[in-house]
Amino acid sequence: MRYALATLLLACAMSAVRAQVETPRPPIPLDARQEAQYKALLPELRCLVCQNESLADSQAPLAADLRYEIRGLIAKGASDADVKRYLVARYGEFVLYRPRLETRTLLLWSGPFLLLLAACAGVLSYARRRARAAAPPPVDEGALRRLLEERDR
Amino acid sequence: MSAELGHFALILALGVALLQWGVPLIGWRRRDARLLAFGASAAHAQFLCVLVAYACLTYAFVTKDFSLAYVAENDHTRLPLFYRVTAVWGAHEGSLLLWVLILSGWTVAVSVFNRRLPLEMGALVLSVLGAISVGFYLFILLTSSPFDRLYPVPTEGHDLNPILQDPGLALHPPVLYMGYVGFSVAFAFAIAALIGGRLDGAWARWTRPWTVTAWMFLTLGITFGSWWAYKELGWGGWWFWDPVENASFMPWLAGTALIHSLAVTEKRGLLKSWTVLLAILAFSLSLLGTFLVRSGVLVSVHAFASDPTRGLFVLGLIGVVVGGALALYAWRAPRLSAYGELNLLSREGLLLFNNVFLVCAAGVVLLGTLYPLVLDALGLGKISVGPPYFDSVFVPLIVPLILLVGLAATVPWKRARLAESLRRLRMPAAAALAVGLTLPLAIQGRTTLVAVAGTLLGVWAAGTAVQDLWRRVRSKADWRAGLTSVPRAAWGMNLAHIGLGVWAIGVACVTSFGAEKDVRLAPGAHAELGGYTFVFQGEREAAGPNYTAQQGSVLVEREGTTVARLYPQKRLYASQGTVITEAAIHPGPFGDLYVSLGEGYDDGSWSLRLYDKPMVRWIWLGGVLMFLGGGLAASDRRYRLARALERRSAQAAEATAA
Amino acid sequence: MRFALPLAVLIALLALFAVGLQRDPRRLPSPLIGKPAPAFDLPTIALPGPPGAVPPPARMTQADLRGAPVLVNFFASWCAGCQDEHPFLMELARSGEVRLVGIDYKDAESDLRRWLGRHGDPYAVVLSDLSGNTGIDWGVYGVPETFVLDAQGRIVFKQIGPLTPEAWQRIRPLLQGSAS
Repeated sequence: MRYALATLLLACAMSAVRAQVETPRPPIPLDARQEAQYKALLPELRCLVCQNESLADSQAPLAADLRYEIRGLIAKGASDADVKRYLVARYGEFVLYRPRLETRTLLLWSGPFLLLLAACAGVLSYARRRARAAAPPPVDEGALRRLLEERDR
Repeated sequence: MSAELGHFALILALGVALLQWGVPLIGWRRRDARLLAFGASAAHAQFLCVLVAYACLTYAFVTKDFSLAYVAENDHTRLPLFYRVTAVWGAHEGSLLLWVLILSGWTVAVSVFNRRLPLEMGALVLSVLGAISVGFYLFILLTSSPFDRLYPVPTEGHDLNPILQDPGLALHPPVLYMGYVGFSVAFAFAIAALIGGRLDGAWARWTRPWTVTAWMFLTLGITFGSWWAYKELGWGGWWFWDPVENASFMPWLAGTALIHSLAVTEKRGLLKSWTVLLAILAFSLSLLGTFLVRSGVLVSVHAFASDPTRGLFVLGLIGVVVGGALALYAWRAPRLSAYGELNLLSREGLLLFNNVFLVCAAGVVLLGTLYPLVLDALGLGKISVGPPYFDSVFVPLIVPLILLVGLAATVPWKRARLAESLRRLRMPAAAALAVGLTLPLAIQGRTTLVAVAGTLLGVWAAGTAVQDLWRRVRSKADWRAGLTSVPRAAWGMNLAHIGLGVWAIGVACVTSFGAEKDVRLAPGAHAELGGYTFVFQGEREAAGPNYTAQQGSVLVEREGTTVARLYPQKRLYASQGTVITEAAIHPGPFGDLYVSLGEGYDDGSWSLRLYDKPMVRWIWLGGVLMFLGGGLAASDRRYRLARALERRSAQAAEATAA
Repeated sequence: MRFALPLAVLIALLALFAVGLQRDPRRLPSPLIGKPAPAFDLPTIALPGPPGAVPPPARMTQADLRGAPVLVNFFASWCAGCQDEHPFLMELARSGEVRLVGIDYKDAESDLRRWLGRHGDPYAVVLSDLSGNTGIDWGVYGVPETFVLDAQGRIVFKQIGPLTPEAWQRIRPLLQGSAS
């Protein structure tokens, strides 16, 4: 089964020849502010069918249906949070491309800062060590002589 | 028959690779020059074997030999010849064969150029490459042979996936693999240094051209991939932070860091253990990418048909190769000591910060890519980490990086005279400010903060690079002498930095000014976008060699004059019963117009998606410039000269010793 | 010590991947598990049932699903996975172990009749979700999907993709638990 699902992945840029019935519906009109809200919100949402496209990009029929629903919600004055709640209630957190800040995503959001901090600390400590070790170490005379002798042999 | 020959050649290649791994190692232990020199012959033999195997598979594709399961799955009698050849790497098994072909190609190249290397070092490098080859041959032969027969033999193939039937795909994987696999050479040099204990400026000088060459192919491969996705996936995006894209981007970031730390190691003898770690990291991330793409652990656009056994095998391979390398690193790296002071306000100090940002960027991409997997594995639910996350954490890392580019190229090695450097940077800074404020206004008539910032950064990176070249040329009395005196490495570095600038300008403009519109148009109706009028003139049938299409006709006008006629298609590939949209693009140096065809309705109207993509080509132009810069840098005279000199001194030493 | 750090990171990653390989990233757990079935009001499709059977009402709502455990199967005549699971659904219907309610997702009634005529009708009742809105409310993202409802009308399980005998083995104990 896993195998079959995986082979479907590529299928998302395409669509199978299907007899899925589409009910023709006129697009819901939005005013300029709502249209801007709609445009900005869609790329934040993941398509459930073509799981690597946002709702803005996906050509899957479900994505079209969801776009229609979202336009409807926005036309009724829903905020971004309302729309997200609507989708999460049905499909789970998976639909949000920008994970919410919660306990389980704490490391995801703080990770970049921690990483940068650690890297900068590493660089500074390296520079300090280098400054201390600036002078070459004392030469081990014995070892040097042995090396030279070895070469002459 | 040819399939059996191919299969046999592959088994033979495995045997030769085993010898290439083992014999030079024994020679190294016994200090036996003849055994040490064996690696080169093995590399040639191995290449020959893989070439035969590869030729056999290509022959099977060209002759439509559907008795091979892999051919039956990815070929079709009506597939054009060009795509029959590229279909060889259109799916998992064949792409692995391409992978090993390229790996053994790199190995041969190393064996040829390494004639000038000290014998032991060259032999160890070939041995490590042999070991990696063994892993991949076993992977192919045990889990993914493209030579498996099928019975009963189907009369028709299942066809190459239609979205892969595009010239972009013909270019993307081979070039990308050149990059991925190329990092194995830097990896092999790092391991050889750890084993042999030799890591000095000369080592860095040998490793640098190989690393830069691999990097430049990876850059070009990613650029092609982005271009292909843009024109073929139909939504006008050029980068989506898909796991597959991230899989190629992580080694690119690590490789870019490696190029810069190698410069420090070569010039100043510092950062030795760090450079070695980066070399291991760059190749490890390439392997990780292979795992992510082929195992199906993550959801991705173009994952290969995958099964867990393959995933498990790659996982084992990573465990052995990378685990072994890192264990060796933990054991031997503490001995790689460096002498010399590091001043943070010097070129090497700034390059260190370059490494900080690049490695953090790679780390962030890794974190975001794997985080959903971590949560799922811990039973904490499924989440998505997508473009909004990556954009918001990546931009704060890339902005200081681009600022550094301008600074680091101006500041000298060892110790900076800050005042002087800053004075020198007045010109590019002024230019960046002026162009950043005016260019978006000039081409778009409006501006945004992102556009100003991006253009400013882009002009800054490119301007400082131009200034550096100008200064070098001017340092000679005669400009002709000046031009020829600038080493290729300097041309290359600056060209790559100009590429970075061009890329930044493209990204800033397309994200700020790109516009799109979903419309439903009846024939004769029109829509407006970005100052252009798109007139839908109707739809008709069209046909290609192996598909039929519905082709829309869209006339684009601006202020009454025709700008372009676009013919977006919806293609039906009957062999697989799939429909794909083929967008129509009117390319231009300052922007693309892009139309893709949606659904047709009973009343003759069609839904269309229109895009205006200002400056989008600059993104790929930037990638191409980086590629060219890499080529110039890798072919610098100094590497060839240095090798010849070292060879001579080594010979002299041998003569004295004898 | 710090030179061994990369090795430690690698080992952690390998362990992670080994676990990750066991899981399918595309299967999404439904947030509806444990919640009452979402509201709907759909027309039924009149089908030639067994002789003497009571014809279903013209419309049904989520309230009509209460009283006994029920399997709600979203399917369509145009969907390939639905054909894969169909023989098992027929078997299940014959065994009489559970009531099967079909919701025909974005499908033409004529196609559905032809399809059920050809493959057999395992459903106690078939509802038509022509617009797909009920599918959205139930969080359906690719038919076939099957929801298991207990006698109180709460969703206790969701199968994504074809209903297999293995899945049924997991569902059966849930039904017994809820019936008592």
